[in-house]
Amino acid sequence: MQKRKRFDQRKIEILVGFFVLASFLALLMLSLKVATSELGTSTSSYTLFAKFDNIGGLKVRAPIKVGGVVIGRVASIELDPNDWVPVVEMRLDADYNRFTDSTSASILTSGLLGEQYIGLQPGFEDEESEFLADGDRIPDTKSALVLEDLIGQFLYSQKD
Amino acid sequence: MIEKIRQIGVSALDSLAGAGRATMILGSVIIGRFSIRRGIPLLIKQIYVSGVLSMLIVLVSGLFIGMVLGLQAYNVLVDYSAEESIGPMVALALLRELGPVVTALLFAGRAGSAMTAEIGLMKATEQLTSLEMMAVDPLKRIVAPRFWAGVISMPLLATMFSSVGIFGGYLVGVEWLGVDSGAFWSVMNSAVEWREDIGNGMIKSVVFAVVVTWISVFKGYDAVPTSEGISRATTETVVHSSLAVLGLDFVLTALMFG
Repeated sequence: MQKRKRFDQRKIEILVGFFVLASFLALLMLSLKVATSELGTSTSSYTLFAKFDNIGGLKVRAPIKVGGVVIGRVASIELDPNDWVPVVEMRLDADYNRFTDSTSASILTSGLLGEQYIGLQPGFEDEESEFLADGDRIPDTKSALVLEDLIGQFLYSQKD
Repeated sequence: MIEKIRQIGVSALDSLAGAGRATMILGSVIIGRFSIRRGIPLLIKQIYVSGVLSMLIVLVSGLFIGMVLGLQAYNVLVDYSAEESIGPMVALALLRELGPVVTALLFAGRAGSAMTAEIGLMKATEQLTSLEMMAVDPLKRIVAPRFWAGVISMPLLATMFSSVGIFGGYLVGVEWLGVDSGAFWSVMNSAVEWREDIGNGMIKSVVFAVVVTWISVFKGYDAVPTSEGISRATTETVVHSSLAVLGLDFVLTALMFG
């Protein structure tokens, strides 16, 4: 006997509900896990500024590392209109807000051709040093190493 | 000689008339008033038929396409010891291109052809005419729910395709080939943008959904009401919508990421 499968309206509605839910779950997974999520960043952040002569290929959202550990991201890169020097806004995790004024920031490259990031070198701490407050500027910075400039310098020095 | 020229004219007029009828159908489906009490159950039934039942093929193909992408990417990238990059490679390929396109192609084959055949057979057995006799508008009762069901379910299917594909890439890359799991996700995380990649992929998918379901319902509604006509209409649905999807994909990619 041939028995036809008959779904009543209720069953269909439940299955469609699952379908829609599954796709929203997929979208949620895509937006939270795959894409950069602004939601994921902790609400309490600690902002520092740094001026570099040359930022090389540094991009917004590049990581900021101390000893290889990511503690924040580059929030914005702007050019100071007064002295034409790039200003980098760094948004750090508020747990790491004890940088002294002798901290230095440098733009480094991961690997030979990898992406660029900012490495912070925490300074020493003594009775004269002060902690950098939220919104302060790191005075000691080292610009990005531009490979082309290095090669140019090397070739130039070979001529002599 | 003059007869040849006349034939060219006839075929040009035919295709113009076809385009006109297709536009009329699309217009009346979009403008047509939607009654919640009667429309919603019909819509849900059609989402079930074209969306839920297509889920299996979409999920399985998504998984395998993600796995294949991961494997191929790994084989190339391992030479440059950049195998962490299979994360962004798989994710971007799926979100930007393969998710919307392959879902649309599968949807055209799985659900679009069924839509065409169903509507075509309704026309051949004069069910559409009898609906009209009972003062029921077949465009509203038959065509509109199928169209909207396709437009709703295809973007949903495409998101599932992409996320299952990324999971497939994860399975191959991390679980099998031993890429570091943290690096896989974080490199992917910093490479994929919400608006740029996921948003544009969704826009693509909605465009493909409109095109594929439009072609499907139109070919069915416009089919020659014989068995041969229905078979031709079904074939045309698959061929035309695949070509339209691939062509439009190039245009959209050039506009979005060009």
